[in-house]
Amino acid sequence: MNIHEYQGKEVLKQYGVSVPEGKVAFTVDEAVEAAKALGTSVVVVKAQIHAGGRGKAGGVKVAKNLDEVKAYASEILGKTLITHQTGPEGKEVKRLLIEQGCDIKKEYYVGAVVDRATGRVVLMASEEGGTEIEEVAAHSPEKIFKEIVDPAIGLQPFQAKRLAFNINIPKELVNKAASFMIALYTAFVDKDCSIAEINPLVVTGDGNVMALDAKLNFDSNALYRHADIVALRDLDEEDEKEIQASKFDLSYIALDGNIGCMVNGAGLAMATMDIIKYYGGDPANFLDVGGGATKEKVTEAFKIILSDDKVKGIFVNIFGGIMKCDVIADGVIAAARELGLDRPLVVRLEGTNVELGKKMLNESGLNIVAADSMADGAQKIVALVK
Amino acid sequence: MSILINKDTKVITQGITGKTALFHAKGALDYGTQMVGGTSPGKGGTTVDITLENGTTASLPVFNTVTEAVAATGATASVIYVPPAFAADAILEAVDAQLDLVICITEGIPVLDMVKVQRYMEGKKTRLIGPNCPGLITPDECKIGIMPGYIHTKGHVGVVSRSGTLTYEAVHQLTTRGIGQSSAVGIGGDPVKGTEFIDVLSMFNEDPDTYAVIMIGEIGGTAEEEAAEWIKANMKKPVVGFIGGATAPAGKRMGHAGAIISGGKGTAAEKISTLEACGIKVAPTPSEMGSTLVSVLEEQGLLEKCITRK
Repeated sequence: MNIHEYQGKEVLKQYGVSVPEGKVAFTVDEAVEAAKALGTSVVVVKAQIHAGGRGKAGGVKVAKNLDEVKAYASEILGKTLITHQTGPEGKEVKRLLIEQGCDIKKEYYVGAVVDRATGRVVLMASEEGGTEIEEVAAHSPEKIFKEIVDPAIGLQPFQAKRLAFNINIPKELVNKAASFMIALYTAFVDKDCSIAEINPLVVTGDGNVMALDAKLNFDSNALYRHADIVALRDLDEEDEKEIQASKFDLSYIALDGNIGCMVNGAGLAMATMDIIKYYGGDPANFLDVGGGATKEKVTEAFKIILSDDKVKGIFVNIFGGIMKCDVIADGVIAAARELGLDRPLVVRLEGTNVELGKKMLNESGLNIVAADSMADGAQKIVALVK
Repeated sequence: MSILINKDTKVITQGITGKTALFHAKGALDYGTQMVGGTSPGKGGTTVDITLENGTTASLPVFNTVTEAVAATGATASVIYVPPAFAADAILEAVDAQLDLVICITEGIPVLDMVKVQRYMEGKKTRLIGPNCPGLITPDECKIGIMPGYIHTKGHVGVVSRSGTLTYEAVHQLTTRGIGQSSAVGIGGDPVKGTEFIDVLSMFNEDPDTYAVIMIGEIGGTAEEEAAEWIKANMKKPVVGFIGGATAPAGKRMGHAGAIISGGKGTAAEKISTLEACGIKVAPTPSEMGSTLVSVLEEQGLLEKCITRK
């Protein structure tokens, strides 16, 4: 789960990570009020969307007085920002962060992730702040330094200091930077983050070490123990169909194509998208109904697929192991009847009770095309939507 | 021969009184697995009675702790079906009880819980399979997990996979061609897990009864690339691959917690090109995992030996 920058900074502040003073604003008036309350000569008006690259897209402006705050806030609020992370349709700005400006001496990068290879949390840092870490990794990997953290004892001061020295933090500020990193690590672990990225971390003219930006992602598997984080969820930032799917414990991801997919198992669901593409079609979604799908779940899955106007046909691909094929067939038939099937439907069933399942589909009187294999089904649905 | 489990493996179920656990304990017993008991804290001293397909009833003893269960039954393996919030603790308990093998089926364990588990397991004797996996099977001998047993056939092809349903798909494609399996291992879809491809590949490499291997990977991480390099350097047997997620968008978690392309890394294209560069034939579609293996077996003159069901 993602949260906004201003929320991320509030979370980090609880752990002693130093951040600039700031306030969220939903309207232009609130933005001006927030700037007044900050009382600094320079404030930054920052668009709050769940995507990076806001600055380049015109979503971050430095205002030198309240008139400028008003002008920038009016300009950015309601604007659709298109960045490399939003996709071509962009994202509408509905919230602003009004933040005190600060005297930046130099920008750095610090981030924490779970490293799959070591199975540990790794802290990464670089003196190429403000640039995306992937870009730094591509052109000057020698500038990225890493510390692998032993979960039994956590990030140790010597490791944090070593990182700070490696990225050339001024030596009088190394202890401050080390405390910053330890606080960041503590927040990461305490809140079950999957990513905590500070880019840039800045050293200021008055000798401070601060997070100028904050990107926190959380492990959705751990949200059950973080009600405070769940409360920060912004549904405006999520796909409506994905929200609907999550209510029924369906794993759904919207894509751009026109063939709706309903599959059991994440691996098979991905492979189904791949095989549709392989035969010249375009999948409209990823949808895993899970191992224990019921008739109700299958119906909900159908509703979500059919609510997408782009969908011109549906491919159901089920390998019934624990889930029996007749149960799936029953769900497919019920859903097709209830919702009025107005688009081609190809069903491939394999596994437990497959003959019974196929028989039920054939005798349903519905216009369902049966397929013998994944390849057969993919070719059939691609031909039908052409 | 086989890897990890065989007809003599004695298995306990952690959380045996749960609905899912009972369902799959029955499936394992029906398959012939030696399920010898289970744990359910607070219900120690009772038994669970499971009516099998053949009409008989199996009565399994329930214990409060894994240590007691092991002492009383001589089990060397456990399977975990407890809910995600308690699953990491269940793994730790099994490791502490010095089981040889722990299979964690549970999906949805917080990744930082697994980071701690992995740290605790360092230097311990236990091997963990999973979490978020279908389990493993040695056909006709032992089934631990949620896979449908009947699609398998005893034989000489090893299967290792990050995905459950794709494992079934591969096994089904093999069985319908008469090609049996030595063992099929689902290592799971989480980013931090007990057993990686290389661990399983090296066991298949040493198993005299395994003649070839299918490795099924997916987007996210670099485990497939590392496995490919390992295969090139060490593997004495042919391996064919499949990688799922060629059409997956970057930055989105595709169902499995570990299936995500982040920072441009972990794409299917990258994995496929590394596999091919290491001499591993990759099936172009999931429908062709079986036929791709057949073509490699033919090339190497192994096909006849691998057909175990005419």
